[in-house]
Amino acid sequence: MERITVYELESMYRDSFRITGFRFGEGEKTMCIVGSMRGNEVQQLYCCSQLVNRLKSLEARGHIAEGRSITVIPCVNPYSMNIGKRFWPTDNSDINRMFPGYDLGETTQRIADGLFREISDYRYGVQFASYHTPGRFTPHVRMMRTGFESVEDAKSFGLPYVLIVDPVPFDSGTLNYNWQIWETKAFSLYTPETTRIDRISATRVINSVTRFLTRIGAITYHGRAGHQSDVIEEDHLISIQTPEAGIFEPMTEVEAQVSEGDLIARVLDPYEGDVRCEIRAVCDGVVFFRHSDPLVYADTVVCRLIPLGEFKPLRG
Amino acid sequence: MIQDVVSLRLPVDEDLRIVKNRIAPEGSTEGMKRICIVTGTHGDELEGQLVCFELNRFIQANIGHLKGIVDIYPALNPLGIDSITRGVPGFDLDMNRTFPGNLQGSMPEYIAAKIFEDIRGADVCIDIHASNIFLREIPQVRINELTAEELVPLAKHLNVDFIWVHSAATVLESTLAYSLNMAGTRTLVAEMGVGMRLTREYGTQLSMGILALMAHLGIWDGSVPEVREPIVSVDGKVEFINAAKGGIFVSHIEHWKDVRKGEHLGDIVSPLTGEILSEILSPCDGLVFTLREYPVVDEGSLIARILRM
Repeated sequence: MERITVYELESMYRDSFRITGFRFGEGEKTMCIVGSMRGNEVQQLYCCSQLVNRLKSLEARGHIAEGRSITVIPCVNPYSMNIGKRFWPTDNSDINRMFPGYDLGETTQRIADGLFREISDYRYGVQFASYHTPGRFTPHVRMMRTGFESVEDAKSFGLPYVLIVDPVPFDSGTLNYNWQIWETKAFSLYTPETTRIDRISATRVINSVTRFLTRIGAITYHGRAGHQSDVIEEDHLISIQTPEAGIFEPMTEVEAQVSEGDLIARVLDPYEGDVRCEIRAVCDGVVFFRHSDPLVYADTVVCRLIPLGEFKPLRG
Repeated sequence: MIQDVVSLRLPVDEDLRIVKNRIAPEGSTEGMKRICIVTGTHGDELEGQLVCFELNRFIQANIGHLKGIVDIYPALNPLGIDSITRGVPGFDLDMNRTFPGNLQGSMPEYIAAKIFEDIRGADVCIDIHASNIFLREIPQVRINELTAEELVPLAKHLNVDFIWVHSAATVLESTLAYSLNMAGTRTLVAEMGVGMRLTREYGTQLSMGILALMAHLGIWDGSVPEVREPIVSVDGKVEFINAAKGGIFVSHIEHWKDVRKGEHLGDIVSPLTGEILSEILSPCDGLVFTLREYPVVDEGSLIARILRM
């Protein structure tokens, strides 16, 4: 393993800003894995740290394939992580909206440029990602439809679901989108948590990456086979909104299978404790996303279901 | 008349209300033109507050001259304004990247959809922004090159100093202005001043410009002051100056002034060592229309924009 400084920026009063990477093997740039891009993505950092740990062990036992290299970058934004802020400390900009970056531009554009120059020519790119709305997700692979997405490759992770989304304009600055534009096959991997560590889901995601690396011949490591992934279009997910605001009391977890009419959550009056409304499944399905904050606004999505039965998703 | 644009319940004993003030002549308004004045999308931009206040006061005091409908939306992001938060508190979303919104989406997307529907169909919309807390801007209108042909003639009535026709960027397709323009509602983005502050002269300047535009549209028949002739420019004539080092920026020039090529614009200094870390010289003859206001800079922070002359 080689520890490398991918990008460095001097600061007036803080230690230098550094993006650190860990490179395993030599030769073809086979896969790059990027962890936390925002300062609150602790789970994504944890996943990467455990992946580095496992790859170190595999390398020591000679399981990295000849002529292949794998790079893991656990944290793109240590400055924000060290002060508990999600976005860039001074101007609050999001590095993951700045790709492909600009070397003469603003600070986060320069960081994105410095990172992207190092990682834009890998065959495969993986990002451990989080979402802008607070909630828990079923572990899944998310891919943007850019014309370069590869569903067959995505299924090789062996996670329960592969979700295909149509990019919206503000996605055009993300790492995933730009990787694909520059012909790296890019995948975002989601686990239920962001700000807290969930060891079980982290292990699932790490297993999914080593499974993928085995299937493409980058390592020799025979873990568990994983799932036969269902491929879902984002448009096919069924969104359920709450008509009421208040205290959110979930009655199901992500990945749970529910029948039409089942109770998914309740919204309680925050002063008197009465049930203001019950949120029920509108069809048979699997809970793909569930709101996670203890408080909830009215007219906002609290659950997204993968419909089953006549709406059964395509098996890719 | 104060009207709700969207109202929804917050978790604990509070309703979020986004409101507008509709000012119209007495009697039927059928067939009348409508102009929308919107601001407060970013909670840290306050320059538009003064414009809304002055327009409200002036129009109501001279209501006999009003020949159309004026809708004033002073706070599209009231939670952000109240908490000095640029985006929507509780979400990692810039509200001006969520338009045209989604009624089936998260709270900010739902609100955006309601706002979009309320404004859509107006004859003109003026979306007023300040700069952020880092930069000071002269009063200007920014126009996407895709809509320049139709919007530049309108923008010339707004009494601004500068019209910047910028290139089309995919990421800007989620803004209120882009979404409304694509839906056929002509929308001009005015930008001026600095974040978290009011600049009184700029507020008055733009308010007069909006009255002039209303007169041009036939919504106002009172007298209006003569508007200034703006400089109209495209991207290629704008020089960006970014910090070469992190440190404290000390300006040696004034905002909206002529500079000569090689002129000393300022320094980035180290209070720790007393060194000048970077001396900033003008790359061209021109006008400084954007100038750093907040002294702390990282490498790459924008120091100034100069319009090449």
